[in-house]
Amino acid sequence: MAEKVLVKGNEALGEAAIRGGCRYYFGYPITPQSELTEYMSRRLPEVGGVFLQAESEVSVVNMLYGASCVGVRVMTSTSSPGFSLMQEGVSYMAGAELPAVFINVVRGGPGLGDIQPAQGDYLQATKGGGHGDYRLIVLGPSTIQEAIELVMLAFDLADKYRTPVEVLADGMIGQMMEPVEFPEMRSLNTLPEKPWSLTGAKGRKPNKITSFDLDPYKLEEMNLRYEATRKRIIANEQRWEERNVKGADILVAAYGTVGRIMKTVMELAKEEGINVGLFRPITLWPFPYERLEELSKKVNTVLTVEMSGGQMLEDVKLAVKDNAATPFYGRMGGVVPTPEEILEQIEKIIKGSESA
Amino acid sequence: MNAKVVMKRPKSLSQTDFTYCPGCHHGIVHRIIAEIIDELGIREKTVIVAPVGCSVFAYTFFEIDGTVASHGRAPAVATGMKRSRPDRIIFTYQGDGDLAAIGTTEIVHAANRGENITVIFINNAVYGMTGGQMAPTTLIGQRTTTTIHGRDPKAAGYPIRICEMLSQLEGPTYIERVAVDTPQHVIKTKKAIKKAFENQINGLGFSLVEVLSTCPTNWGIPPVESIKWLQENMMKFYPLGIYKDRTEERVREGIV
Repeated sequence: MAEKVLVKGNEALGEAAIRGGCRYYFGYPITPQSELTEYMSRRLPEVGGVFLQAESEVSVVNMLYGASCVGVRVMTSTSSPGFSLMQEGVSYMAGAELPAVFINVVRGGPGLGDIQPAQGDYLQATKGGGHGDYRLIVLGPSTIQEAIELVMLAFDLADKYRTPVEVLADGMIGQMMEPVEFPEMRSLNTLPEKPWSLTGAKGRKPNKITSFDLDPYKLEEMNLRYEATRKRIIANEQRWEERNVKGADILVAAYGTVGRIMKTVMELAKEEGINVGLFRPITLWPFPYERLEELSKKVNTVLTVEMSGGQMLEDVKLAVKDNAATPFYGRMGGVVPTPEEILEQIEKIIKGSESA
Repeated sequence: MNAKVVMKRPKSLSQTDFTYCPGCHHGIVHRIIAEIIDELGIREKTVIVAPVGCSVFAYTFFEIDGTVASHGRAPAVATGMKRSRPDRIIFTYQGDGDLAAIGTTEIVHAANRGENITVIFINNAVYGMTGGQMAPTTLIGQRTTTTIHGRDPKAAGYPIRICEMLSQLEGPTYIERVAVDTPQHVIKTKKAIKKAFENQINGLGFSLVEVLSTCPTNWGIPPVESIKWLQENMMKFYPLGIYKDRTEERVREGIV
């Protein structure tokens, strides 16, 4: 590890990708992630990479499709409306089993929304997003340091499972500055071989990559293969953080920026004599259902807090079942909840259960 | 009597049977492309990006690496490939619905950037795969399943001339419109497509060859008469010829 440097989230995300072996970036400007696009435009040529500003997000995702077909590590970054535009191509890439990394610096929605931090794209990210049966691996960083680690992990997971991976950040992660340590630059010689890629049929049968078969039985076979991959991912790749869960009066489920805010809430609550536990999923897909289910048996309440109208809440309920109550607190439209207002919700719940 | 082989299947054409209708010109163009890939000795480093449409299976008809792009996006896919592996030969094969309707953004910007790729554009003035609907290239008065009284420009606009439109841009190196309706034209088409591949090999930038083609099935005209219809109608609105040729200029500029 090198010394600590103070960087902006968006730039850190870009540098992390390069250190993870990515040399190809295709993008389209959109707030609040444009610094990442700009960073790649000046940084990639320094390391022999390729930056291209495309004509639209639709073109971006198809450039990723092409670059991934020929076997290179490739990425883009965008924000909510841009990622919506990419969904058709993401579905094609999932069907064609093409690895790539998408960083979505989520902003307020729906529609044009605003440019403030939000978590309203959780369902789009974790339940497929485009047409057809597929899931992306979705990673939700809550600090810039963690974002760096997750971006690098994203490339490895994408290659390992031949799937697009989404890093679901938000405008807070993208825009803030934090001291971080960058890992060493990954040597390109250590990247995995891709014998399936379209590099020219030299001394072998031609490789073909598609998400397409008109024979429903063959397409079902393809779908069963995708499903088998999903099962391997679910079995191997669940990640989460749990903090102060032993003997907690209440468990709070939160991810990303809210997961970070919760750490302050926990300190404030402690001063009030309330013992708050935190369950913070890091892989939003695969969601760590089993662990949350286990933890929920030891508390009366699992409160979900999000910057949305209650999206991860659906997964929390699937995990918690009838083990505990599952109230929700959320802010929308790009409003970031303060630690104080979250604490107020917790106090209400605790008081309510005491009087009941 | 000694039999002598005077013609055989090009190495770059696979053993897969074509899915095209009788009298369709896709097959002729496929063979021309395969012959050129063989002649240029680039089979082992060429990649095809097939479109959505009748030629969606084109990636299986060539004995080379290949993929299918989503509808209209082949030039973006090819851009991603070529930028990542500049030493490979990348070509898209697209119909008129794919390239001239849903894919206009991608083709305009790939051409404008002067991407070093080859685009083969098949224009038969109709949507074939979906059963004969109006295409952006459908002629005025031409009957399709979505213009049953003939294309009326007041309701459906005018046919788009892609070669003329793209030749207004600074980016493209070479743009030509050809046809395969006669043996002479087949020879000319082969020359044009060969040049479009040679330009890429020489790093000279974006080349597009539009091939006017028949669609007897969806035109509702027998194959031989279809050729006549193409000559009398399509060629009038879509004149054959070179619309842009900056090949020499690019060589002088040393653009790679």
